[in-house]
Amino acid sequence: MNRILAIIERDLRRFRRSPTLIVVSMILPLVQLVVLGYAFGGKVKHLLVGVVDQDHGLPAVRLQALARAVAANALTFTTIPYGDQTRALRDLRDGKINAVLNIPPQFSRKVLAGANPRIALVEDNTDQFSASTLEATFNQMLGPYNQKAPPPRLSANATLAVVEIYPYVPYIQYLLSGTIVLAVFVSAMIGGGIIYIDDKARGLHEGYLVTPITKFELILGFNLAGAARAIIAGLVLVTFGSLIAGIPDPFNPARLARLLVLVVATALALISMMFLFMVRVSDPLVPRATFGVLNTLLFFPSGAVYPINAFPAWMKVITVMDPFTYAVHGFKELILKNTGLLAISSDLAFLAAFTVGAMAAATLLFRRTL
Amino acid sequence: MYDIEVENVTKRFGDFCAVDRLSFTVEHGEVFGLLGPNGAGKSTLIRMLTTLLPPTSGTARILGWDILRSANQVRSAIGVIPQAMTSDLDLSAEENMGIFAKLYGIRREERRRAIKELLGAVDLGQWADKPVKLFSGGMRRRLEVARGLVHHPRVLFLDEPTTGLDPVSRVAVWEMLSRLRRQRDLTILATTHYMDEADKLCDRVAIVDHGKLVALDSPLKLKASIPGRNILEVSFSAVPQGWTETLKALPEVAEVKAEDHIFRISSHNGPRTTIELIAAARTAAIAVTSLSVQSTTLDDVFLHYTGHQLRDSLQTPTAYTSAFMYERK
Repeated sequence: MNRILAIIERDLRRFRRSPTLIVVSMILPLVQLVVLGYAFGGKVKHLLVGVVDQDHGLPAVRLQALARAVAANALTFTTIPYGDQTRALRDLRDGKINAVLNIPPQFSRKVLAGANPRIALVEDNTDQFSASTLEATFNQMLGPYNQKAPPPRLSANATLAVVEIYPYVPYIQYLLSGTIVLAVFVSAMIGGGIIYIDDKARGLHEGYLVTPITKFELILGFNLAGAARAIIAGLVLVTFGSLIAGIPDPFNPARLARLLVLVVATALALISMMFLFMVRVSDPLVPRATFGVLNTLLFFPSGAVYPINAFPAWMKVITVMDPFTYAVHGFKELILKNTGLLAISSDLAFLAAFTVGAMAAATLLFRRTL
Repeated sequence: MYDIEVENVTKRFGDFCAVDRLSFTVEHGEVFGLLGPNGAGKSTLIRMLTTLLPPTSGTARILGWDILRSANQVRSAIGVIPQAMTSDLDLSAEENMGIFAKLYGIRREERRRAIKELLGAVDLGQWADKPVKLFSGGMRRRLEVARGLVHHPRVLFLDEPTTGLDPVSRVAVWEMLSRLRRQRDLTILATTHYMDEADKLCDRVAIVDHGKLVALDSPLKLKASIPGRNILEVSFSAVPQGWTETLKALPEVAEVKAEDHIFRISSHNGPRTTIELIAAARTAAIAVTSLSVQSTTLDDVFLHYTGHQLRDSLQTPTAYTSAFMYERK
């Protein structure tokens, strides 16, 4: 046990004396949380919509008034009147506006005759987010426009009442779970990948190998030392990330204790995975070169930034095997739903089994000689 | 029983034979030097003897323990100071020692006592709590030696312990090793490519070239084993006709080379040739204007046995040579 503690002590002393490393491993995910959280979390606003009225009838004027009302309140778009359809379409292609609302000739006549009146929304679909937002907004706007008379007090139609059991979850809160796992991963990558291989290349491991320490003690020592650093990074992210994202009651002791359990399980799983990847590597460039690939391969299929139900079948295979998936799911349950550990027992079980499997494989592959 | 027994040890890396059927023994308390150029196989041999590399064939025993079958007993009994300086720069000397003492399972009280005593022995007592990054190369090497002794090993392996050090630090390191050897009853096996070090400090020297043992004896006997033990460099006030032939005819002279007015005379017996030379000059009525007598060095021995000077050679690229790695200062 003393030997394992010696390895942990060495790593933690070095970690404590490398402030830059601490900042990089913890601040980077926090910055990512803020930037990604606010970049993707907001509603699309102030899109420019050119309006070409080729009809000039009363229904067309009413439609434009409704559009201006939406523009003034929801601020989703701003209308720009065009007298000429050709010019409007040219501006659309030149990227000066985002869409053209075309009210064709005879629109008013068809409205009054109830003869399938149609308007056209010509949109720049290279930006799918803006295009779908405009489409949804205009479809929503046409509902009241088509309403001929005030609705009856008691509707004969079946309606859907939506009840949200949790308070509104902004995207930055949704992203927090993934960011905590990312911070643990960055720390595992630095400790279990970059520093481990650099030490090996500098001959520091020779010092360990000439002592009577066993293979298992070495691997366990390396893993626990790396996990200790990753746990620190994870806890910093849990604390500061919760504050930044505005998680309610972030310092509830019971909640923090549950989060600590999951941070530990996540750190052990990710650091043992990293050692398994690096156990036979000796070139210091390898962990640096694989960092980005591993990050993309593990982070995005985990459901950290987008629901996994939307993934294609091949990606779901990665999702099932990826320890990130279970860690992210666990953090979402604990942070967004404030559940107990029982609700994430399957996630914890997977992470524990993954840790044992990866450590066993790393011990088998580890060479006790140079 | 010998402290170190090496029997036909061979190490191959693919087609390249780094160590070729080496055999020798080292007695208890001996300082044994492995002398050879870079790439001769010295470090590979040390790595095999310290259980870091398995030999391709042959065997070796340290204090009677087989390096393959009883590797853990060997590791407990030896101290290793590798070629690369491997102390943690961010940690203090005391902390570096403490970590290694724990790795050898030394108890707290014993650990504290051993660290204090060893840091004092290598003259680093006053710098015990300072980070190693502030140490000079010589101080760091002394710390590595202290670290290698923290668990009271009986055999100490040093791989080029003075490479990269300035002359003053080199002398300090070797003096410290001589002192520690006496105080701690150590057997030392050290590699070096500094001939003067091997000459002054080793009881016996093995010359290794291309992985093979080409000579093994005490420095004195090795020097005595080659012809022309002394070189005389002499100049005269005038050079009479046929003077080179006269010098060649002097007793014990092996060879005479004339360069301008300086004569280089190889002699089997420097003192006797010197006396005869002065007598011959007096007879010829010329004065000896300068005279120096040099003894044979291990450089001459190395040249004699290998046919070449110490030279550089290509080595297999390692992670050390990666473009990304920076040099530890």
